[in-house]
Amino acid sequence: MGTLPDETRTATLEAFADTIVPGARRHPGDRAVAGASPTGGAVAAGAIELIEWDATGISEDLTGYARSLDEHARAFAAQRGLTLDGDAPAFVALPFEERTALVRALTAPGHPEKSLWVLLALFCYMAYDSAAHLNTADALAAGHPGLTAMGVTPPGPDGLWRYSAWSYGRPLARLHPHTTASGSPA
Amino acid sequence: MNAVERTDVLVIGSGFGGAIPAYHLAAGGARVVILERGPALAAEEFEHDFKLGSSYTRAFDFVVGDGMSVLGGNCVGGGSVVYFAAMPRAPRFVFERRGSINRRMWPASLSRDTLDPWYDRVAESISITQQGWEDVSYAGGLWAAACHHAGRTANPVPAAVDTGTCVNCNWMMAGCRFDAKQSLLLNYLPAAVAHGAEIRPLHEVQRIERTGDGRYRVHYQLVHGEDYRLTEGEGCIDAEVVVVAAGAAATPVILQRSETALGAMPHAVGRYFSGNGERLNTAVINEDRVRDVLGLDRGDGLAYAANQIGKGPTVANWDRLDGSLPEYTRYSLEQLYFPPGLGTILALTGDADWFGLGKKEMLERWQSWLIIFQMIEDDNEGVFGPPPPRGNADRISQQMLGVGRLTYNPTANTRAAWAMADADCKDILERDGLATVTPWTNDLVGAYTVHPLASCRIGDDPHTSALDDRHELRGHPGIFVTDGSAVPGALTVNPAMTISALAERAVPGIVRAARERGVAVKYGAPAPDGSTSGRSGTSALVPALLRD
Repeated sequence: MGTLPDETRTATLEAFADTIVPGARRHPGDRAVAGASPTGGAVAAGAIELIEWDATGISEDLTGYARSLDEHARAFAAQRGLTLDGDAPAFVALPFEERTALVRALTAPGHPEKSLWVLLALFCYMAYDSAAHLNTADALAAGHPGLTAMGVTPPGPDGLWRYSAWSYGRPLARLHPHTTASGSPA
Repeated sequence: MNAVERTDVLVIGSGFGGAIPAYHLAAGGARVVILERGPALAAEEFEHDFKLGSSYTRAFDFVVGDGMSVLGGNCVGGGSVVYFAAMPRAPRFVFERRGSINRRMWPASLSRDTLDPWYDRVAESISITQQGWEDVSYAGGLWAAACHHAGRTANPVPAAVDTGTCVNCNWMMAGCRFDAKQSLLLNYLPAAVAHGAEIRPLHEVQRIERTGDGRYRVHYQLVHGEDYRLTEGEGCIDAEVVVVAAGAAATPVILQRSETALGAMPHAVGRYFSGNGERLNTAVINEDRVRDVLGLDRGDGLAYAANQIGKGPTVANWDRLDGSLPEYTRYSLEQLYFPPGLGTILALTGDADWFGLGKKEMLERWQSWLIIFQMIEDDNEGVFGPPPPRGNADRISQQMLGVGRLTYNPTANTRAAWAMADADCKDILERDGLATVTPWTNDLVGAYTVHPLASCRIGDDPHTSALDDRHELRGHPGIFVTDGSAVPGALTVNPAMTISALAERAVPGIVRAARERGVAVKYGAPAPDGSTSGRSGTSALVPALLRD
């Protein structure tokens, strides 16, 4: 395999993560993050940090992932008659809607590489919805964009969650008429 | 050459299927060694943390297959440590199922009536709470109220949870920090150890062979404590009797890998796998409608917004658990909590997207999600391919994630049952604008089960069952299978109680086999805490199980 400049690799992977959970541009010239959403998405949530961690088992494959995305993006653009500017890697140069269409195709049932792209998407997603690269309590305290947007409530001072109220506390339905004395179906 | 270590009974796996026989055999006087592929974790090590490497990922295994992915326990205590502790008994009609090949699936000797005394033994051994409405979480209450609004019934689910200790943190899938969940770490396993059983964590069994003098030799590898992709040595132990209870996604793999040394396996080893018919739906709740239509109010200004609060499933709809209905139209619909990570990616938006802008907006309403868990009757369509080089999966991540060899192509029966249950969820929860309901997608990692079953099942028909009705592997006397793989098919309810009752019932037969091989072991131990009333309930059933 040939080399791939680090910035090309990172920008391409960021653009993929941003397609999974879209976010706000980090600066006016941001190309990798397309700015489809006004709030932080997978990239701001730490997707690159997570997939670069060897615990995931995909960190050594990221150059291959970026190269493959680049190739798929060129083929996709050619097929769609899109002209990509040369200022950014091919996948990054795709408009957000076209990135979405390509990722949809790569992860669709029957695509020969589906399992690989689903795996990459899974970790991008987990960076946002569970901050799997961070201690959860620390992530919440630091205002992690995913956990915060989902409304995950913070733990107590000891880092553990406890709820003092959990129930409406009253009967809300009739029981099944054939329930046994131990509470099981008959 | 050093002498190979010897024991009387070697138990593979420390979940329900392993812990229960291990306790009884040790209490009866046998030397028992339990090999567990996962780590040993104590309550203070159960973390509230989604970070890779926390107890949440150390104690679980997520094995991706072709058409079916399986979530299972991977620690001392197995599924009992990570499960949601729902412990209903299986409805009566389940034991009469015939499946699409129109043959009785269960042994003729088993029915709800003949299993009830064994269920009672489990209930005496694992403290099970019949939850009241005051124990039911907001999510369970919402599901009950929606069912009632739709003219249905709803039941609080019996659970192995001490509701007085439980703090409703909903972290029980990472192990219960507060020992409120009555896992096997609190009953059968410490009792087994007290009677001399040894539990060896991070020992992953690979295969079984026969020794020249008629014993079984069990080969294992030592798994690295943090990075499960690595091994740190290997060993073997000889035993008179082997109990395989590695879980329905691993037991058949060990037996398949043993075939070259042991001889042909029964046809049903690694076939007839059932995912217990499981499928999930996500309802995104309209908080205003819940208040206006159902009259629900938490008393703090919120109607619901409580997805995060609770203790897994607390309420189920059992209206379709009716033996007069045709097979494949009977199912339960159970409220469930599913944590983020694996629990959100598969949820679909109203536009059927699993990623992108619409999904991000759906995630912003996560606290208003209500997850409904369907358990239908599937068609036992899962088949295991040739085993991977080690364990039951090619591990990708340091923990949790691997690719296995299970193929599952849902039949028309299974798909129709899921569609019927989907429509029922929609009917109940979209009524009067309460919610928008979508099923989880099967297009990413296939269907998804937390209750793998039937991959090495009991039965009377040697062509469709790997085990006789006493759980002995056909053609391989002295090898028993007592985990979820022995359950013949989908149960329409959570299976832990049934797996446990079957394991209790299997013990007399294992004792008989051990005695035949010269092991001085007796049957008849009380419950782990010394209680004896369950023992008297099964006493009339035991002689037939002990007899040749």
